[in-house]
Amino acid sequence: MALVFAGVCSHAPGITGRADRADPTARDRFYAAMGRMRKAIEASRPDALVVIAAEHFANFFMNNMPAICVGMGEHYEGPIEDEKWLGIGHHRIPGNKPLSRELIQEVMNDIDLAYAEEWKFDHGIMVPLHFLTPRYDLPVIPVNINCQGPPLIPLKRAYEFGRSLRRACDARPERIAVIGTGGISHWPATPDSGRINEPWDRAFLDKLLHHQRDALLAYRDQDVWREGGQGGFEIRTFIAIAGATEGCTGELWCYVPIPAFAVGCTVAVMRLH
Amino acid sequence: MSLYYTQKLLYQLNRDPAVRRRFDEDFESLLAEHELTEEERDALRKPDIGLLYVMGVNGQILMHYAALRGYEWNAYLEAMREGERRYGPVRTGLYTRADSR
Repeated sequence: MALVFAGVCSHAPGITGRADRADPTARDRFYAAMGRMRKAIEASRPDALVVIAAEHFANFFMNNMPAICVGMGEHYEGPIEDEKWLGIGHHRIPGNKPLSRELIQEVMNDIDLAYAEEWKFDHGIMVPLHFLTPRYDLPVIPVNINCQGPPLIPLKRAYEFGRSLRRACDARPERIAVIGTGGISHWPATPDSGRINEPWDRAFLDKLLHHQRDALLAYRDQDVWREGGQGGFEIRTFIAIAGATEGCTGELWCYVPIPAFAVGCTVAVMRLH
Repeated sequence: MSLYYTQKLLYQLNRDPAVRRRFDEDFESLLAEHELTEEERDALRKPDIGLLYVMGVNGQILMHYAALRGYEWNAYLEAMREGERRYGPVRTGLYTRADSR
C-alpha cells in the first residue's frame, strides 16, 4: 500500500524536559500542532512509523559510526536519558522486524546501510513519539543519519536515501508513515543554547515545502554550521523526507522559535501523491 | 590530547548501567582504564564541566555528564560560559565558534 504519511517535526529535549520554562502561548501552539500531526498520522491508518532521526551518541559512537543505520529490532526501548531530565517515562516500543528487513534489503540496492537489532531511543525519537504515538502501540522503525560526528554524508546522499526508502515502501503491502526529525538551526548544549536563526529556518522550510530540490542540495556544511549551528547538520533528516516525497509540496503547520527549547519548533506535513 | 577517549568514557557512562555502577563505586579504576591526560582526568574528577567543554567534548555527550553530576540546566550553561572565560575558546571539534575559524 506504500507510503501513507510524511512529515517533519522538531525533537529537542527541552520540549518535554523543560516545558515549564517556555512561553506558554508558543509552547501550547507547538504542542497543538504536534497533536494535529498525531491525528493526521492516525487518520492515515499506518501499520508502521519510520522515524528518520539524528541521534546523539546513544547507540552510535566514533568507534564504529554508521552513516545511516536502520533498526531491525522486534522491539526497542527508551528514553536512554534520565526520565526526569527528559520528562518522558521509560517505555518499550514495538518494532516490525520483517518489515525492517524487507525495507533494508530493498534500499541496499541503492545505498549501503548499517542495521541494528538493538536500539535505545534517545530524545531524538522519544520526543516525537511522546506526542505522535503516546500509547507506544504503533510499530516503529528507527533510522539514524549521523549528523553529530563528522564526516557526515553529503546532503545528496540523504536525499537519495529518502528516494530509495520511498521506492521500498511503495513496493510493500503495508501502510507506512514516515517522519523526519531534527534541527533546523540550533546551537544545543552550548553556551549559545536558545539562539535560533529564524530567517534561515524559514528559508530552508520554504525550499523543503516547495520541493526546490536543487536549492536544498546546494547547502554547504560550512555555511550550515555558521548560519545554523552544529545542530543545523540535522537538516539531513528533513532532506531525506524531501527525497521520500520527491515532487510533492508540503504545508507548514507550525514554526515558532522557543529559546527555552533551543530550537524553532516545527511541524510540517507533505502532500503525498 | 585524548579527547576521543574522554568522550568514549562519557558515552559509555551515559548509556551503560554497569559503567554507571563503576562510576559510583570506583571512579579511579574506571579513569585508569582509559588513555587520558592528567588534565582530562582532573576535569572528569572535579568535575570541571567548563574545561571539558573547552577541550571539545561534544555537548550531546557532556550535557548528560553535567546532569549526572548534579548540574541543573542553567548551571550547566553557565559552567560552559565560565569555562570559555577561564580557559579560552573551545579548542577543537564542532563546538569551536564560527567566528574563531
